Formats: sequence, structure tokens, C-alpha cells
Amino acid sequence: MNNTVKIILLSLLCAALIAIFLFTGMIGQWDYVFPRRVYKIAAIAITGAAIAFSTLVFQTVTNNRILTPSIIGLDSLYMLLQTFIVFVFGSSSRLVTQPELNFLLSAGCMLLFVGILYRLMFKGEGRHLYLMLLVGLVLGTFFGSMSTFMQVLIDPNEFLVVQGRMFASFNNVNTGLLPLAFAVMIAVLLYGLRYLGILDVMSLGRDHAVNLGIAYDRTVKRLLVIAAVLVSLSTALVGPITFLGLLVVNVAYQLMATYRHRALLGGSILIGIAALIGGQLLVERVFTFSTTISVIVNFAGGLYFLYLLLRENKI
Amino acid sequence: MIEVRNVTKSYGGKAVVDNVSLDIHKGKVTSFIGPNGAGKSTLLSVISRLSAKDAGQVLIEGREVGAWDSGQLAQAISILKQSNQIGVRLTVKELVSFGRYPYSKGRLTAADREMIDQAIAYLELGELQDKYLDQLSGGQNQRAFIAMTVAQNTDYVLLDEPLNNLDMKHSVQIMKVLRRLADELGKTVVIVLHDINFASCYSDRIVALKQGRVIREGTAEEMIDTAVLREIYDMDIPVELIGGHRLGVYFADYTK
Repeated sequence: MNNTVKIILLSLLCAALIAIFLFTGMIGQWDYVFPRRVYKIAAIAITGAAIAFSTLVFQTVTNNRILTPSIIGLDSLYMLLQTFIVFVFGSSSRLVTQPELNFLLSAGCMLLFVGILYRLMFKGEGRHLYLMLLVGLVLGTFFGSMSTFMQVLIDPNEFLVVQGRMFASFNNVNTGLLPLAFAVMIAVLLYGLRYLGILDVMSLGRDHAVNLGIAYDRTVKRLLVIAAVLVSLSTALVGPITFLGLLVVNVAYQLMATYRHRALLGGSILIGIAALIGGQLLVERVFTFSTTISVIVNFAGGLYFLYLLLRENKI
Repeated sequence: MIEVRNVTKSYGGKAVVDNVSLDIHKGKVTSFIGPNGAGKSTLLSVISRLSAKDAGQVLIEGREVGAWDSGQLAQAISILKQSNQIGVRLTVKELVSFGRYPYSKGRLTAADREMIDQAIAYLELGELQDKYLDQLSGGQNQRAFIAMTVAQNTDYVLLDEPLNNLDMKHSVQIMKVLRRLADELGKTVVIVLHDINFASCYSDRIVALKQGRVIREGTAEEMIDTAVLREIYDMDIPVELIGGHRLGVYFADYTK
């Protein structure tokens, strides 16, 4: 079975899941429920694509199949920022109530963070990518502790606002953000598509990439910016959910059995969307909202991660 | 021509390559020899822009290596390091196809495919071309990577210990291929070698490094000589003339 067939089958799977999601179990007013479901699907599609693309790019740049962009602490930074805003300005602040403002601020801070991290780490010469990951990991833990510190001091009612942002959820996607998020996603995808061939070469490692004429440092920087924009986008839209990336990209590697990022990207985006819609169906129709999608994603992802570790070969 | 001018490269305050100046002539096979830690691989990395230098200049065709556009340079010079672990699963043919990336940017033309087939034939990998690299022996892997470099079709080919992992038969095969690259296709080949006798039999010029400096350079005739070798390796190596080649016999201590 070649990869075009696989992509078509995955597309059909996604289409089927979308149809089930949109048209079954309809209770109440059609013209109330249906548009809300469409918004959810749109948010899911944007998130799935963003997570899949950013993780694929990140894994290729680091040449490591068990990393996700969350390792450099973007999720923790997002949580710190949300906690900080509520802690300092209160939950009735415009930064909390106006999602566009919050989105731009979160995305801006995350990009700034990646920029600073990159600038500090790549100033000297040598292979500092892993050092950058390590520093990001440490800072991520630090951000997490800071968030917890503020969360325990905060007024319990205010904390509920923060808690609402701690877990990814499609149940209250802000429809006002969708056009902006969609535009950013399309722009990044179009920009990123030019890098698909370069990513194939990057997957050979630094020395081969340089030998084959890739301007390595500049390319790494741009690819990291792509990953950071996409992570910021999905996190600001639905909350921390980067763990999903590990799952979908590795499933895509297994399924597509190729090094070509064109096929891997298509595969992982479709798998990402299918996993999110499937998860959301479980949340809504099976668990009747008694759990969140990140719990399901983390459960399935955790099992798969253990499987990867136990299988040992070819990671 | 590659001109190396006063190049210095330090790691942690220690100069691994220390004020090296060197000319590498076009169309010749040049071998770097010397003891472990002499700076041979580092020098090769600096020449091929894999490592940045601390001081000095490397001119390729009269132009500083850093001033070249990286994509253009990939059509002029290729480098193969000694360890080539890669994270993705590729067949031999897919790997060799990567050699055409500087020209095709991933979209192979008919001419690219022809070059790929030629490179595979050059390294006698025809039967293995659809095998995955992780199914091959170390030597076959090494040949696949060299085939990639051949497919890259650059005027300058730099190889860091290409005979690593290879048995005698394949070592000779690789050296013959490199010799043919120079003789038939006019390529300039630079290799780091540990075996002075391969250097003696196949290279036009031999450059000896020790403690980061070029201590001697010359033809095999001049370099494979007991006094010169003592200077390089601190060993007494008798030199025999066999079939027109000067061979150092270093396997045991023959002086007693």
C-alpha cells in the first residue's frame, strides 16, 4: 500500500469521524448545536495540524523521536503567564476576559522565550541544541514551580479561572479566536511547506545537512520559530496539549514508513485530527463530559510511550 | 585549489590545529597522516566548514569558505565524516539520492537519476541498492555513504578515514575508486588515513600532522622514509620497496 493510498484512507477516517461528530446524537435545536459543533471541529483541525507539524519539525531538528516541543518549557511558560495575569490583575482583567488580547500576549511571550533561549544558546560555537533543550527543561520546571507558588496563594475563586486553563479543552473554544488562529495556521503551513525537502536532509543530522548545502544554524532557527509559533497557537487556543504530538508523529512514522516529510506531515496531521476528534467523541458521548480530552490523550499517549520504550528498537 | 592559511582551531584553550598553512592541488589525491590527536580530522572539518575556525583563512577556488553560499559550496566540495549514524531508516538508493540534493533540492531529474545509478555502480552497490542501511555490514554502509559523496559530484571530495570498518578487499576497492575519481574524473581527493601504506600506494601528496602542526609534506617517495616516519610517529619503521611502492613495515619492533 503506497503512501497516497494511506493518506486517502486517513482522510476518509477523518471525514467519517467528523460526520459522526457533526450529525449524530443531536439533542435540542439544530441551529444552536450545529454551528457550535462546527466551531469545535475547526478548533480541533487547527490544533491537530499545529501539534503534528510542530512536533515533526522539532523531532527532526533535534534528531530525536521521543521529544516534543513541550520539553523547552512552552507549556509551563503559558501556565505561568496565565497564573501571573490572574494573580496580579485578577480574573476580571481585560487580559483574561478578552481572548484576543490574551492570545496575542501568550503567543508573543512564548515566541520571545524561544528567541531568547536560542540567542543565548547559539551565541558560541558548537552543538548547543541539547544544551538549549536542557536549559529549557530546567526553566520549564522553574516556571511550573512559580505557577504552583502563585496558585496556592491565589483566591480559590480566581484559582478556578486558572484551573480552567490548565487542561486542554475543546468544550469552550473561543469562536472569536478561530479566524485569527486559522489565518496564522495557514500562513505558517504555507511558509513551512518550503522546508519539507530541507527537513528530509536535516533528518540525516547536522554534518550531512551542512555537507549537502543547508545553511544549518539559520535553518534550525527558522524551524524552531515555526515550531514555537504552532505550539503557541495551539496552547493559546485550547491549552497545553503538546503530548499529543509524540503520539501522532510516531504513529505517522510507523504508518508511513518513510523519511519523506511530505508524507509524514500529511499523515501526522490527519492522525492528529482523527485522535482529537475520537478523543472528543469519547469525552462527550461516552464520558458525558466527566473527563477532559487531555486526560484521554495523556492516557493513550502514555501507554504508547511505554510501548515505544519497551519495544526499544528503532526509536 | 584549496589554500589553507594560518588556520588555528582550539578546544578548551588547547590548539588542536595550530597555525596550519597548506595548499591542496587540483586533481590530486592528498592524504593526511599522523598519530591520533594530531588534528587531521579537525583540519578536514575546518576546510569543509563543518567546524568554524578560530583564526586564519581557508580559500576554495580563491574564495574564503565562509563567503561561499552554502548551497553553491555543496556543489563544489563534499565531506564525509568517519562515523555516519543517521536517525532515519533509508535504503542505499535513497541515501545516494541525497547526494543530488545540492542540485535538485529534492526533485530528482533524469540526469540526477543517472548520476545516482552511476555512483551506485562505481561503488559496486547494484545488488544492495534497495536494502536498508541497517541491514548492511559496516563496510557496505561505508561504501553507501561514499556513493552518496560520489553522486554529489563535487570537484573536491574530503573523506575522514574512509577505510574505517573496512576489510582489506574493500579498503583496496575504496582506494581504487578514489584514485579513479582523481584520474578519470579530475576530482581533488583529500583523505585522512591511518595506514601509511595506503597513503603511499594511492596518494600524490602526503601531508603529515603532529600536535596540530604540519610537520612534513611531500610525495610518497619523500615521506615514506624511516627518518621522516620516526619524526611523525616516534617509531622506527623500516621501509621496503615492493612492486614500485614504498611500504613501511611497522607491525613489530624490527630494530632489535
